[in-house]
Amino acid sequence: MMTPITTGTARPRDSISTAIKDAAASGRPAVVAFMTAGFPDRAHFTQSLRAIATEVDVVEIGVPFSDPMADGATIQRASFASLQGGFTLRWLLDELEAMQPRPQAPVLLMSYLNPLLAFGLERLPEAARKAGVSGFIIPDLPYEESADMRAALDRVGIALVQMVTPVTPATRLRMLCEASQGFVYAVTMTGTTGKSVAVPDEVLDYMDRVKSMSPVPVCAGFGIRTAEQVARMQGHVDGVVVGSALVEVLERGEDPAQFLRRLKS
Amino acid sequence: MKTQALEIDREALLAQTLRGEFPDARGRFGPFGGRYVPETLVPALDRLEQGIRDILPDPAFKAELDLQLRTWVGRPTPLTYAAALSKRWGAEVWLKREDLAHTGAHKINNAIGQGLLAKRLGAKRIVAETGAGQHGVATAAACARLGMPCTVYMGSIDMERQAPNVGRMKLLGAEVVPVTGGDKTLRAAIDEALRDWVADPNGTFYILGSAVGPHPYPYMVREFQRVIGVEARAQMLAQAGALPDVVVACVGGGSNAIGLFHPFIPDTEVKLLGFEAGGTGPGLGQNAASLAYGTPGVLQGCYSLLLQDEHGQIQETHSVSAGLDYPGVGPEHALLASIGRLGFAASEDDESLEALSECSRYEGILPAIETAHAFAGARKYAQKHPGCRILIGLSGRGDKDMPTLQRTLLKGKI
Repeated sequence: MMTPITTGTARPRDSISTAIKDAAASGRPAVVAFMTAGFPDRAHFTQSLRAIATEVDVVEIGVPFSDPMADGATIQRASFASLQGGFTLRWLLDELEAMQPRPQAPVLLMSYLNPLLAFGLERLPEAARKAGVSGFIIPDLPYEESADMRAALDRVGIALVQMVTPVTPATRLRMLCEASQGFVYAVTMTGTTGKSVAVPDEVLDYMDRVKSMSPVPVCAGFGIRTAEQVARMQGHVDGVVVGSALVEVLERGEDPAQFLRRLKS
Repeated sequence: MKTQALEIDREALLAQTLRGEFPDARGRFGPFGGRYVPETLVPALDRLEQGIRDILPDPAFKAELDLQLRTWVGRPTPLTYAAALSKRWGAEVWLKREDLAHTGAHKINNAIGQGLLAKRLGAKRIVAETGAGQHGVATAAACARLGMPCTVYMGSIDMERQAPNVGRMKLLGAEVVPVTGGDKTLRAAIDEALRDWVADPNGTFYILGSAVGPHPYPYMVREFQRVIGVEARAQMLAQAGALPDVVVACVGGGSNAIGLFHPFIPDTEVKLLGFEAGGTGPGLGQNAASLAYGTPGVLQGCYSLLLQDEHGQIQETHSVSAGLDYPGVGPEHALLASIGRLGFAASEDDESLEALSECSRYEGILPAIETAHAFAGARKYAQKHPGCRILIGLSGRGDKDMPTLQRTLLKGKI
């Protein structure tokens, strides 16, 4: 169950579920936008972030890694380009900390585990908090391996979001939903990011199952590209994550705000 | 090795190792190993682990595997006394001949084992990665024999330098998919095979060829490769009349090495020595020697020693041998090296090619370039320890390396 706020000092992670619930209360699924840090280049990153953050409810910033095994072609390409441009996690946290005013939407970092281990589990929570980060999604850190990371982030009230998938067995699904903080990231399909999904009835049934078990909001991600898909998810999830499609918009040099407005219409 | 960040109790871990307690219930070899994968793969790995527990000890499975090993793979492979090398090096040199196993390397032991297991578990198709192409060929052969469709991912650089093996895989009925992303070698091929598996974790079985990856892979690969060391140990006692003073193998991910070493671990008087790809030197990017130059981190499902920069980005590696050209090493090797049970050093490109030439010329055996790294290391060891009894794991044959050898040794470039 979600711990009620009794101390009066809001934890960073509470801002995530609040933002998603606020959107859902206004009658539409929340939009969680994914962008690769330092892409298309480091110079324009904060500008893109600001533009995106005004249009969506939560922003998920991808930390580039040399071996993004859960990602499809688009995010692989963006990650490699960003690394070639000299990306480091330290740079990202410094940029976020220096941003004035802060982005309008809560910010999560999506990172593979190794860059976080290299940064150091002792230093990471405080540095992330100072940078205004509310949560982490770590795609190669299954629950069983997550105790140290969870404890470290807990100390500063930062969320560790759990992912669930269509092949997650029922008992495990319940366990992961109960462990997840901020929201549950319900992967729409088996596979990597970026492929389009048709959203057949089975996917909606699966989302309903996740939602019935989860004490925190549920957001669907992987393969979300169109307003039609978002409309079909309405009522079955609290939010959607749009990733590769947005990265492709940035890659083509188009206006991300316009794309996101279309997605919500 | 820079493991200062790891606080480990070497003596306690050594005692546990000698008692055979690793991997533990969490898939750990001391601090190394574990299971760092996307959530989609967790149920598949749970099923695989359960399958290993139920099926590997089953007498019917053991009998089937044993039959395939004897009548199709050609086991036991011989132990050969290397008279000429013994004389040249001033030592007693014995060769465990995995080059004589079907398809020309030790990889077949694991491929047929996992293939049989996959079939028992109801898999509909097989995916595999390959570096030098030996694991790809072995998997393609096993799949042909077992009647299963097979897709092999191979880096585009490796497809060029190991061209003969690409043709072999195709003849054996496998689909070979070039990997042009990432570093275009073994590591990128593993990433791509994992992505394929993530797309269909229920119907697809991933036959991983090295002693790396998420639990239970390092354990399973070791169990299927242990046959090398079990045979070699008995053959040494029968033919040499004694255990070796030192057992030597090349180490990339470490499958042939762990297979050869594992049965000797409790024989604490027997030294174990692994030789990694020293490439062109000790600098980052010049080699693929993770035990020698690596730091702890997580890559491709497992916590081990990696070649990475200070930001945790995995570095490109260099080696003349495709099979050793990998920026990580199996978690059990990382443990054995950390607690001092395994010695290690790097053999550079040139000295390995020279060793290949020497073995070919004087023993009438053309070893794989990977294997030649062990010969280069063994030769140096022999020079420092005159008269010692050395067992070398001759992990594979060098026919596949002809494109590289044409460009190097045969042009007089070494």
